[in-house]
Amino acid sequence: MDVEAAKLIGAGLATIGVAGAGVGIGTIFGQYVAGGIRNPAAAPRMFGNVLLGFALTEAVALYALVMAFLILFG
Amino acid sequence: MAAGHSPLEQFAIKRFIELDVAGVDFSFTNSSAMMVLAVVCIMSFVLLGIRRHALVPTRWQSMVELSYELIAKSVRDNIGTEGRPFFPLIFSLFMFILFCNVLGLIPYSFTVTSHIIVTFVFAGAIFIGVTVLGLIRHGLKFFSLFLPPGVPVLLAPLLVPIEFVSYLSRPISLSVRLAANMMAGHTMLKVFAGFVVALGLLGIAPLIFIILLYALETLIAFLQAYVFAVLTCLYINDAIHLHH
Repeated sequence: MDVEAAKLIGAGLATIGVAGAGVGIGTIFGQYVAGGIRNPAAAPRMFGNVLLGFALTEAVALYALVMAFLILFG
Repeated sequence: MAAGHSPLEQFAIKRFIELDVAGVDFSFTNSSAMMVLAVVCIMSFVLLGIRRHALVPTRWQSMVELSYELIAKSVRDNIGTEGRPFFPLIFSLFMFILFCNVLGLIPYSFTVTSHIIVTFVFAGAIFIGVTVLGLIRHGLKFFSLFLPPGVPVLLAPLLVPIEFVSYLSRPISLSVRLAANMMAGHTMLKVFAGFVVALGLLGIAPLIFIILLYALETLIAFLQAYVFAVLTCLYINDAIHLHH
């Protein structure tokens, strides 16, 4: 198998890691919505934490993406 | 548009003024130019905004006060009153990263923070500074950071290496988060721009998607700068207050 084909396969496999972040981000916002329906007054106070959690979870997806890029273009 | 253009070409460093100091490359590059531009923009934003320092603020002064309050609130909430000496650092960090991110959104410009070396220097300097701060403040008791209180002694040999490794991974995660977000966003924009050109008249669909992506990218620019600043506050809090 030549290097180019291996790179493409490797990059494709590395992208599977992004699935975990999808679950994570969905969980964060789902919990925010569920909590907001139960306690609407607390929702604006928690929104800052929601964005922080989203950014931290997104970062893990991007680690996987960076690995894919490193494999593909490295 | 030639088919040979890669979406990663936008991250290439171009030297504007060649400069070689004792064998080290000190050229003034497009990255340096964008950093200078970011500093000029920040200074004019803040200094011209508070020029009239009215008690009832104008719109510009309001924006400067909002950005000040955002960071002051983060520092106060995360570190407490002992955090006040760190406010100028966090504010400069936040504003510089924010303006670098946002200036990179301008088409044909260069995103300074998309290069891992730039973000790694930020994160590495913060990591070293925070560790030195903790060591100076607490001496060798600083290492109690790796053993949270209330943990059974039998668990300690397992927990301390895990905590240590996760502490060492902080500069890596801090730097890669920002660089990867910026690089991924801009690469996606370029890839979809390629689709627009390739599809001709049907290119209106990727074009609309690019417009939505730009909105997301603007949000990410703000968010990543804010997250960087907040995480720095949290790390400083860890160093100052250990686990109390």
